[in-house]
Amino acid sequence: MDVFRLHFDIDGGSFASAGNASVEVKKTLRQLGVSNAVIRRCSIAMYEGEINMVIHADGGTADVEVYPDRIVMVLEDHGPGIPDVELAMKEGYSTATEQIHNMGFGAGMGLPNMKRSSDDLKIETKVGVGTKITMVVRL
Amino acid sequence: MSEYQHSVSLDADKCIGCTSCLRQCPTEAIRIRDGRAKIRAELCIDCGNCIRVCQHKAKQAVFDRLEDIDPKFKWRIVLPAPSLYGQFDELKDVGCLLQALLRCGFDEYYEVARAAEIISECTRRYMRKPDIVFPVISSACPAIVRLIRQRFPELCDNILPILPPVEYASRMAKAEALKQHPELRKDEICTVFISPCPAKTSYAKNGLSATKSSIDYVVSMSDMYFKLLPYIKKAEPGKVRSQSGIAGVNWASSGGESEGLYSDRYLAADGMVNAIQVLDAIEDGKFPHLEFVELNACPGGCVGGAAAVENPYIAKARIHGMRHSLPSNQNYLRLINQKPDYVPEYVMVDSPIINHVPEVRLSDNLAEAMRMMQRIDEIYKMLPQIDCGSCGAPTCRAFAEDVVKGECQIDDCVVYLRRMVQENPSGKRRPNDGP
Repeated sequence: MDVFRLHFDIDGGSFASAGNASVEVKKTLRQLGVSNAVIRRCSIAMYEGEINMVIHADGGTADVEVYPDRIVMVLEDHGPGIPDVELAMKEGYSTATEQIHNMGFGAGMGLPNMKRSSDDLKIETKVGVGTKITMVVRL
Repeated sequence: MSEYQHSVSLDADKCIGCTSCLRQCPTEAIRIRDGRAKIRAELCIDCGNCIRVCQHKAKQAVFDRLEDIDPKFKWRIVLPAPSLYGQFDELKDVGCLLQALLRCGFDEYYEVARAAEIISECTRRYMRKPDIVFPVISSACPAIVRLIRQRFPELCDNILPILPPVEYASRMAKAEALKQHPELRKDEICTVFISPCPAKTSYAKNGLSATKSSIDYVVSMSDMYFKLLPYIKKAEPGKVRSQSGIAGVNWASSGGESEGLYSDRYLAADGMVNAIQVLDAIEDGKFPHLEFVELNACPGGCVGGAAAVENPYIAKARIHGMRHSLPSNQNYLRLINQKPDYVPEYVMVDSPIINHVPEVRLSDNLAEAMRMMQRIDEIYKMLPQIDCGSCGAPTCRAFAEDVVKGECQIDDCVVYLRRMVQENPSGKRRPNDGP
């Protein structure tokens, strides 16, 4: 078998459930025998992705594919899109609302943390249409 | 490495195979097989949840009994846990409890709360070090430490590398006894901890990672309760003074340890479900500015231990009521000319706390593990997904895993079986079954 797939629907209305997919991914990777360090990177990337979709895009989907040599995480939403990707990648830059900041989120570390945790990060985005982020972590 | 000694055990004669404990186990370590609960030793963290919920008293905590103490020990020092202070309705002051302990046959006492004050001071110093991993996670609850080593291996470096108060108390008590009684030999002195939980028994027997424990015996708080009660009623208030401050005694309940750090960037959570959620969040990097995390396996903290007698919140309220009768602190390191981040060597764990991940891999071959995972998914979809526990597994998901691992068959699910029979009434019948 060359690929194992996991699919999650990320609920946009709830911060409480953000992180559930990350926990599920951790458990599955552990059962597959993936190393602790790789599991940690995947769980951070996944968690940040979940939170981003809740904050900016009213939810979306996450698909995780495990290959013999890599883990691919695809996060897709139909949110507002990212007008300036380069700016969004800067640490500390955030467009989250005051309310989100008050909840302790929106530190502007989401995308930078996702980039740091993965070997490859690809952002496909169109303003008004949505965003698709593909992250690869090599085993 | 020697075998890990657990302190939660099963009395098979009393177990009727009900499913009470099954779903309450935070590490899914229990299965019902052949009508009896079975604990998977490699997954059990001795949290005591199953003891608390078992209606048939089949789940038991392993404790030492006072009668078991070897007569070679001429000097027996009792270590009362702070949570013990909240167990008695009639307790006029802590001194009455200390008098009662001596009447129970102990030669000396050393309050664990005293050690807790010192550990708080050491933790404050440790947190000033420039090169440590934040958030620092308390090392006091052995069930939590074991949970982290098993399930959150990447967080082992966050665990406070300082002895839990009970360990420091045991070491100090022995050292003091040797000083005060030069006629005693080292092997004639023992320490006996009165514990609210079975996890501390495991700690005393196994140590912390590679750090050996100096505690010789761990007796149950509920056993000692009835021995102490008559003496407490007779004890004279005001006669013996407690040597602890309220800062040490506060460790009895959740948040007490954190309060002693004088930091507002702390989190204190209790109960296994909350603790696991917090650890998952920390692992995901959810709290970048958090400095300290105090987690207790038992609801309410140590006062909620499976061997505590009183309701945790009543015990906590009683301890709260002692605030006026105790000073805030009575124990200090008394260091001279040391840097603010200096921590004495003798309070540090002997060696780093390393992970101890049980074998949860489906296979050591990734491709094979992926195939099995696929099969688990397929079987899970065929199951009712109601997590009823009748099959003996805590969830339908866990059952699907057990089926793929070959530990049971899909027919063991009664809901699945009934549906199969209804859909295909004759299909289950083999030719030899007769009419």
